[in-house]
Amino acid sequence: MFKGKIFGIFIGFFLVFLYAPTLLLPIFAFNDSSIVSFPLKGFTTEWFGVLWNTSPLHVAAKNSVMIAITAATLSTILGTLAARAGTRYKFAGKKPALAFIMLPMVLPEIIIGVSLLVVIIQLGMTLSLWSIILGHVLICTPFSIAILNGAFMNLDQSLEEASFDLGMSRLKTFWLITIPLVLPGLISSMLIAFTISLDEFIIAFFLAGTEPTLPVYIWGQLRFPAKLPSLMALGTILLVLSLLLLGLAEYFRRRGAKRTGQMNTGGFI
Amino acid sequence: MIAGWRRWRKSEAAQGMLLLSPTFLFAVVLLAAPLIMVLSLSFWTQNYLDLDKTFTLDNYKTAWGAPIYQTLMARSLKISLLVTMFTVLLAFPVAYYVSFRVRPERKSLWIFLITIPFWTSYLMRIFLWKVILGYNGVVNGSLLATGIIETPLSFILYNQNAVVLTLGHAWIPFAILPIYVALEKIDRSLLEAAEDLGDGPIRRFTRVTLPLAMPGVMAATVIVFIPTIGDYVTPRLVGGPNGLMIANMIELQFKKANNAPLGAALALSAMLIVSVIAALFVFLNRKYLKGPE
Repeated sequence: MFKGKIFGIFIGFFLVFLYAPTLLLPIFAFNDSSIVSFPLKGFTTEWFGVLWNTSPLHVAAKNSVMIAITAATLSTILGTLAARAGTRYKFAGKKPALAFIMLPMVLPEIIIGVSLLVVIIQLGMTLSLWSIILGHVLICTPFSIAILNGAFMNLDQSLEEASFDLGMSRLKTFWLITIPLVLPGLISSMLIAFTISLDEFIIAFFLAGTEPTLPVYIWGQLRFPAKLPSLMALGTILLVLSLLLLGLAEYFRRRGAKRTGQMNTGGFI
Repeated sequence: MIAGWRRWRKSEAAQGMLLLSPTFLFAVVLLAAPLIMVLSLSFWTQNYLDLDKTFTLDNYKTAWGAPIYQTLMARSLKISLLVTMFTVLLAFPVAYYVSFRVRPERKSLWIFLITIPFWTSYLMRIFLWKVILGYNGVVNGSLLATGIIETPLSFILYNQNAVVLTLGHAWIPFAILPIYVALEKIDRSLLEAAEDLGDGPIRRFTRVTLPLAMPGVMAATVIVFIPTIGDYVTPRLVGGPNGLMIANMIELQFKKANNAPLGAALALSAMLIVSVIAALFVFLNRKYLKGPE
């Protein structure tokens, strides 16, 4: 259908388009100018130093990490239960129930943010980090399920049956046989959920009371031109961090795939 | 009775249901219940600090009748449709390339490469489009330097085109993945069969590859179309005054304008419209293109 060379050039342009903003981030982070635009001036690490001395940023970062760890743990637990139920058992209503759980994947985040805000206000509760955590668990769980489905589907059931035959209880089998076999999937799910939560803006924007998360803090600073270079530095740190986390997640996903001995062509989803 | 219950508890179905119930209940409590609350809120009225809980359709009358909301809704729909078209048309050849041209052992790496930008700071990515498209931006800078233009272009930022481009960039991995999965599933011997029966590359593509890839294209369309209508950040950062979308108005009603019921009505109306359009699209595709079961 498509001619070889032209097709290759098209893909090249596509990759430039895809990576353009991501590549600009580190360039401006080290640029010695208080204006974020071309031409570039010189090399500096000054903007990273500015970050080091901005204490509201540290508070926001701490909030974000706390939220992300909690949300990643909870969504992986909920995802494990759902993925196990979905891959191992057959029962009436399974499909619609799972479809409903996966719904936040296609729902605009603003709808989730708004509806949780309405509930919290109607019930007279105050906004706290927990409201953001619950919102994040809701959007991370579908991703956890997608990753863990792969892990559980490749699980050889005869290993569990062997364990039952040898007299182990259900719980012990799950703990000693099943969990170690799907461990790479669990780690991968934790890392992906952590990355999503750390970067999520809209839900946190609606549900942040007095305690901002990192993206909410960044959003507030984007209005001030003087803050932009240090935001580029912050963005670079976050970029490196998410690359590390994603690389790790991919490594564990592949190890999981290898452990169960299958071909490896897919990505995260 | 009790024996029956005990037997049921030990059955496959019961174990599966029990296992799924915590996740399902979580979604019911945090998604279904809040959505129902938003629905009831949309039939109430805000009187300064109090909520008047008598049933009224006034919020919907305003949301569907007032020119400002009509304009915003129409514009949001237009932008969402354009983003979906742009994204799917761009995603198809990329997915095709990875599925048909890349060596099998490299495919996983390619998919990883394509998804990476999606996982890196969302706000920064959108903000950097402002730097790329701006008056002193990368595009203008390089066009000026090469002498193609003499004054910077101003029509590339702070308008709807910028919103379409930026949103398309943000959503492209989500469009590539389902199309790629559908293309991967195509039995390659069907393509050989088409060739053996005398189809040229173009006929083979339109009669075999494309129809078999349609489920992926449909999934991509729905996955991109529905969430983009609710995007808040992109219109605020690169849209300018004429590029604002319905989500910006929803936020305004919930926060500064202190009219949550109207905000709820706007949010639900937007969801209703995109869901109906998406459902219609899937239905028409199923009816007229009759893909594989």
